[in-house]
Amino acid sequence: MATDITPAAADRRRGWSDPVAERPIARAILIGIALSFLALVLVIPLVAVFTEALRNGLGAALAALREPDALAAIKLTLLVAAIAVPLNLVFGVAAAWAIAKFEFKGKAFLITLIDLPFSVSPVIAGLIYILLFGAGSVLGPYLQSYGVQILFAVPGIVLATIFVTFPFVARELIPLMQDQGTGEEEAAISLGANGWQTFWRVTLPNIKWGLLYGVLLCNARAMGEFGAVSVISGRLRGQTNTMPLHVEILYNEYNFSAAFAVASLLALLALVTLVLKALLELRYSRDSVGH
Amino acid sequence: MELRIDKVRKEFDRFPALHETSLDIRSGELIALLGPSGSGKTTLLRLIAGLEQPTDGAIFFGDEDASHRSVQDRNVGFVFQHYALFRHMTVLDNIAFGLNVRPAAIRPPKREIERRVLELLDLVQLPGLEKRYPNQLSGGQRQRVALARALAIEPRVLLLDEPFGALDAQVRKGLRKWLREIHDQTGHTTVFVTHDQEEALELADRVVVMSQGRIEQVGTADDIYDRPTSPFVFSFIGESNALPIRIETGQAWLADRPLGIDVSGEADGPATLYFRPQDIEILTDPPGGGLAGPVAAQRRVAGTRHLELEIGGDRTRVEIEVPADYPIGETGRVAFKPKRWRLYRNDGASGN
Repeated sequence: MATDITPAAADRRRGWSDPVAERPIARAILIGIALSFLALVLVIPLVAVFTEALRNGLGAALAALREPDALAAIKLTLLVAAIAVPLNLVFGVAAAWAIAKFEFKGKAFLITLIDLPFSVSPVIAGLIYILLFGAGSVLGPYLQSYGVQILFAVPGIVLATIFVTFPFVARELIPLMQDQGTGEEEAAISLGANGWQTFWRVTLPNIKWGLLYGVLLCNARAMGEFGAVSVISGRLRGQTNTMPLHVEILYNEYNFSAAFAVASLLALLALVTLVLKALLELRYSRDSVGH
Repeated sequence: MELRIDKVRKEFDRFPALHETSLDIRSGELIALLGPSGSGKTTLLRLIAGLEQPTDGAIFFGDEDASHRSVQDRNVGFVFQHYALFRHMTVLDNIAFGLNVRPAAIRPPKREIERRVLELLDLVQLPGLEKRYPNQLSGGQRQRVALARALAIEPRVLLLDEPFGALDAQVRKGLRKWLREIHDQTGHTTVFVTHDQEEALELADRVVVMSQGRIEQVGTADDIYDRPTSPFVFSFIGESNALPIRIETGQAWLADRPLGIDVSGEADGPATLYFRPQDIEILTDPPGGGLAGPVAAQRRVAGTRHLELEIGGDRTRVEIEVPADYPIGETGRVAFKPKRWRLYRNDGASGN
């Protein structure tokens, strides 16, 4: 039937093909490469993590998570994320606001600076804080005399985590806010709104999806950070061990099933983050249609 | 509300956007700021609103010096070029915004706010659209919502930045008439910025022509059109021709040809003659005076025909308007002389 012929099929029959479309064989090869790469690098390891964790049964895996040191690591990870993520949220919004809505000297420099944690190895981030607060530094002993312990304690871990995760929110918001410009804010103040009202009623609702997205990525990274935290935490078992550090310790002790049990909890978190991110992207694109 | 702009100057990073400018706007007047881009018209409008701070000078709302008042305190209704509607709010919430953000003591009750919004929607002829979002409206509808939102706060002055700039020609014409009606109904002192002279001359009580950060002329459409005070205004408004001429022995000369126009009382020396294509008189029997040249091009403009003539030794092109059925003779030459014209000296003095 004539109605069964799609326009593309009709074009092919006439010997005409879309100039930017690949030939079927090329398409198959490209897709094949991408998929096998994904399977090799992502899917198989992920499956391996979960099968390893469940090798001795679900009960054993849960028991490994209920073990006091594991519980302490989970709690510490949650605590660090609970401090680092909100701080980075505030910083990210402030930085993005400043960069997107104002003109000032050194703006390009600030943008570069925000990207620094992306380009610096996390281990170096950890070392920076050792230098800043260690025994040989000026700040460390001074704070110590007041009983403030930075290194090998929660404050140090939080600092290192903040350092590593601070680009996420700002990076997400800067292009969004630049794109939106200052028009709506100007309209709000011309209608009598003060700065606070303008922020809560106009700016924030306009960036909420982008902000959530940034926070989600920031959180995933905060919970998963290994390098910087491992340098600064001292790895005191049950005290300064976060989940990623705990996984490594268990692994080094040949306690594979426990290591993979904790690891799969982290992996699960990543998967949940991905699903939420996908949902957000859906909302995001639907909201921005027609703008 | 009367507005007085008193010796206001504005620089951005040392770059002068507006040179020292003074302007009085009468209460209830509809004023157009007209000029090409970069003429400082939008800067002046934003200075009035308080969205920019003047480098120098003062702006008075009535007798009160508003220069140091914040935007919020000036109580102006500002309609932005691209409307700047709050995209995440319904039309109702957009229009109600200015009332909702008032301090509790002077905020009308919720019911009253809603009643006012619906009333304004009627005024801007958009009843029933209060639940829509801005992206569900056409350009013309957004413009109306933006105006309703600005009117909701009962502003002392209404300021519009290129209000019809983003709309197509048909919608512009309709909205123009409608804005005039709203202005006459509400009686707000209104200032709008435009680069469209037709819009300015048709809509405004008085037009402020601006160029390069300066006011060139302030006047009614008749003043601006018939008595332009500078070459810029003459050439910016409507169509015009400019011919470099020479005044000598009480005559105006283009090279060695007398123009046959009355320049008695004008001092000798070089000058520029400005005239409009339609303000000419065709000379059928050239008696040695007037301007003449071969027709280089012609085009039909509605009911008339525009001829481009090459005048004089250096073939300066001028455009004149003739009846559509005007017969161009075999020679292809047309002779004419300007009926109405203005002379501008290179030092800026003018006369006719």
